Order: sequence, then C-alpha cells, then structure tokens
Amino acid sequence: MSNRNYSLLGPDGKRAVEIGLAAAEWYHTDVPRKEMKAFMQRSDMPAIRDTVILYGLMILFAAIGIAFWPSPWTIPVWLAYGVLYGSASDSRWHEAGHGTAFKTLWMNNAVYEIASFMIMRNSATWRWSHARHHTDTYIVGRDPEIAVMRPGVLGKLLLSFVGIPEVWGYIPRMITNAISGPTPDERTFVPQSEWPKVIRIARISLAIYAATIALALWMQSILPLMVIGLPRMYGAWHHIMTGLLQHGGLADNVIDHRLNSRTVYMNPVSRFIYWNMNYHVEHHMFPMVPYHALPALHAAIKHDLPAPNPSIAAAFAEMWPALNRQLQFEDYFLQRDLPKTAKPYRMDFHEAALGQTAAE
Amino acid sequence: MPWIDACATTDIDEEDLIRFDHAGATYAIYHSPEGKFYATAGLCSHENVHLCDGLVMDHIIECPKHNGQFDYRTGEAKRAPVCINLKTYKTKVEAGRVFIEVS
Repeated sequence: MSNRNYSLLGPDGKRAVEIGLAAAEWYHTDVPRKEMKAFMQRSDMPAIRDTVILYGLMILFAAIGIAFWPSPWTIPVWLAYGVLYGSASDSRWHEAGHGTAFKTLWMNNAVYEIASFMIMRNSATWRWSHARHHTDTYIVGRDPEIAVMRPGVLGKLLLSFVGIPEVWGYIPRMITNAISGPTPDERTFVPQSEWPKVIRIARISLAIYAATIALALWMQSILPLMVIGLPRMYGAWHHIMTGLLQHGGLADNVIDHRLNSRTVYMNPVSRFIYWNMNYHVEHHMFPMVPYHALPALHAAIKHDLPAPNPSIAAAFAEMWPALNRQLQFEDYFLQRDLPKTAKPYRMDFHEAALGQTAAE
Repeated sequence: MPWIDACATTDIDEEDLIRFDHAGATYAIYHSPEGKFYATAGLCSHENVHLCDGLVMDHIIECPKHNGQFDYRTGEAKRAPVCINLKTYKTKVEAGRVFIEVS
C-alpha cells in the first residue's frame, strides 16, 4: 500500500515527471475531424440565455430576501439564491475559464471574473490551476484540483457541503496573495508574468469583502453578508454534490479519462446549475467542446465509454462505498466495465507512479 | 531556406488546419477563411500539444487541451494559458500545392 503525497512540491509529483506520466499523451476516442469541428463550434446565444436567466433569478431572489428580511418566510428564497451564488458560480467559473461558454472573448472574461469572485477563487491563480488539472488530471503531486484525496477525510468532505474548508482556506490565501503574491505551491503552476494580476485580483476581492463587512457593522445586520460572501457557504452543497462525482472513487495516476472521470445523467435543474458538466468524461477528453454541445458529443462517443450512472443518487451509491474502502485500502479504485464496442483502458504508468512494479 | 512541398491546397478545408511532419519537426498548416495559407509550429507553446486537433475560428487557432489561442498569421499568443508566441513559417502556393519555408 502506498501513501500518496499530494504536495505539488513532493516526491509523487517528481516521480510522475521522471516516469513520463506528467504531461503525457492521453487516450481519446476517435471522432472524425468534420464531426469534431461541428461539436467545437462556438455560439453566444445559449450562454447569453442561461446567463440572463441566472443573474435575473439571483436579482429577483435577493430583492425578495432583502424586502422581507428578516422574515423566516424568506428562507427558501435565500436557499435558492445561495445555490445560484455558491454553486452555479462554480460551473460558470469553469466554462467561462475554458473560454468555451461564449463565442465572444469579453463575455467569457466578464462571467469568469464575476463567478471567480462568488466562488472565492483568485481568477488569475485558478486559470492556471485548472490548466494543470487538465494536463495532469488526478495525477498525484501534479494536479492541484484533486477534490478527494486518499485516504479521504470524510469529515472534511461533509464540511465542504457548507463550504467551511474552502472559505477557511480562502481567507488567509486571499490576504497572503494581496500582500505578497502567489504562495510557493501556486508559483509551481502560475507563470511569473501573471503574479501581479494575482495580487491585483486579491486586493479587489479583499476590498469588496471589507466594504461588505463594514456595511454589515454599520447596519448592525448580517443582511449584506447574506447577499455577498455567506451564500458561498449556505449554497455550496450543490456544487460539492456534483463535483465529488466528477472523479471520486475512480483511478488516479492514469492517462485515460474513462478511468478517472464519471459521466452522470442528471435532472434538468441540476444540469442548468452545473452547466452540463455531468458529461465529465466527455469534457475532459475534449475540453474545447462547449457545454451546450456535450450531450451531442456524449451520444457520438458513448460506445467507447463506461455506461453513465443513471442519476445523482445512483452515482453516490457507486462512489460512497469506494471512498469508504479507500480509507482502508488506499490503492483501491472503481474500474467500470466498458461496452464491447470500446477500446481497452490504458493503464500505462499506473503502477510505476505508485512506486510499484506490475508484479506487486 | 528550403521550400518544402507540404500538401495540396485541397487537403485543408477553409477555416481549418492539418498537421505536417518533416525531418523530425511537426508543423501546422492553415487555410484561412479568405483562402490564404499559413504555417506555424505544430505544437502549442504552452505544453507541446498538437494544434492539429484544435479549432480554427477566423484567424485564431485554439489549442485542444487548454483552450489557449494564437493568431496563426503572426503566431501571437492571444489568450491564457499561452504566453509564448508560436513560430511562423512563410508559405507559397504553386500549381495547387502548398509549400512552407522551413529553417
């Protein structure tokens, strides 16, 4: 049994580089070029429609919540606002960060900055963090976005449903970034030319939170924080619920997204909040395909993928026992059956990355 | 500098690209919407991903791995995570063939 070291400056990451696992060439399902070009085509309209709905609902819910504050009858409205603020912002950060949500560059950038602020991520740092996540998906010591480490700390995962570990980690990081720029681990994936931007973004965020807290103190009311800041906690549950399913219980240290990512069929409301990232194998295999084209891409390549989980509940029923088993057997992972039409999984590097030989 | 016969003009759809390998190096050859041909290094300057699987939009090539963008006419890096410009190569068309001038 191995003991994984997730530090970006640690021995596992160094070994991944030495054996050629880092920045390796990953498995892709064959898709004819003309078909792939059609999937990749950009359009502004789907994302404009979804963004108008999202921000429109947020303004409506916040207005109702403020107008009737502090009535307990506003609790459902705040919960709905919170999910849009603290969970939909995760998927907007993600898609706009890839630059695939909109065809128009400034629209992607505008939504990316707003979403980054709401989800409490430094927009400059996390752009690079996510690039590394796509280069070295779930490669220990290389991927800075591994949500479920092994053995999992289930208590921490549960606290994430109300955003406690993330917000607790974000506040000192924001202050550090505002004072001295990226932290040492961030400097492993953020190029030096971007460090001034990291500082600028952190200072802007710090100023907005300071103003919000000052307003709350002046009003002697928590209401300003119910609108800005706290919804990152009371509305986080949906993005944690969907985010854990992306890779939880599956393989690490492989170069085949069919082994380390999960596609789950979800209800339309969750798909709106999550912006179709439930098609997660497809997204990782072809990250230049916009969210609105992922269902069509899924239909085109599902013959080469493990069967999707039919619902969120079914996916948790598959994942949670695997996470529990990893508490005792760190190297355990789920390997789903492939259909007969699929090409075999690629397990290159897996044993070597763990410091093992194939015979062990 | 030698001119290398890379492909036929009909090998590349308009607003698309192909990969061309020669003497151990890899190149990307583009057919722009106005019918001109351009050539750049074939690997993204960010993490050595082949650009041939990327998306051409007008005069932009988007890397298929991290969605970094370049202007393929000049090689200029246009969108993070790419920061380093792509090397570009001169092209010419003769008798329905695309030639690139390699260094």
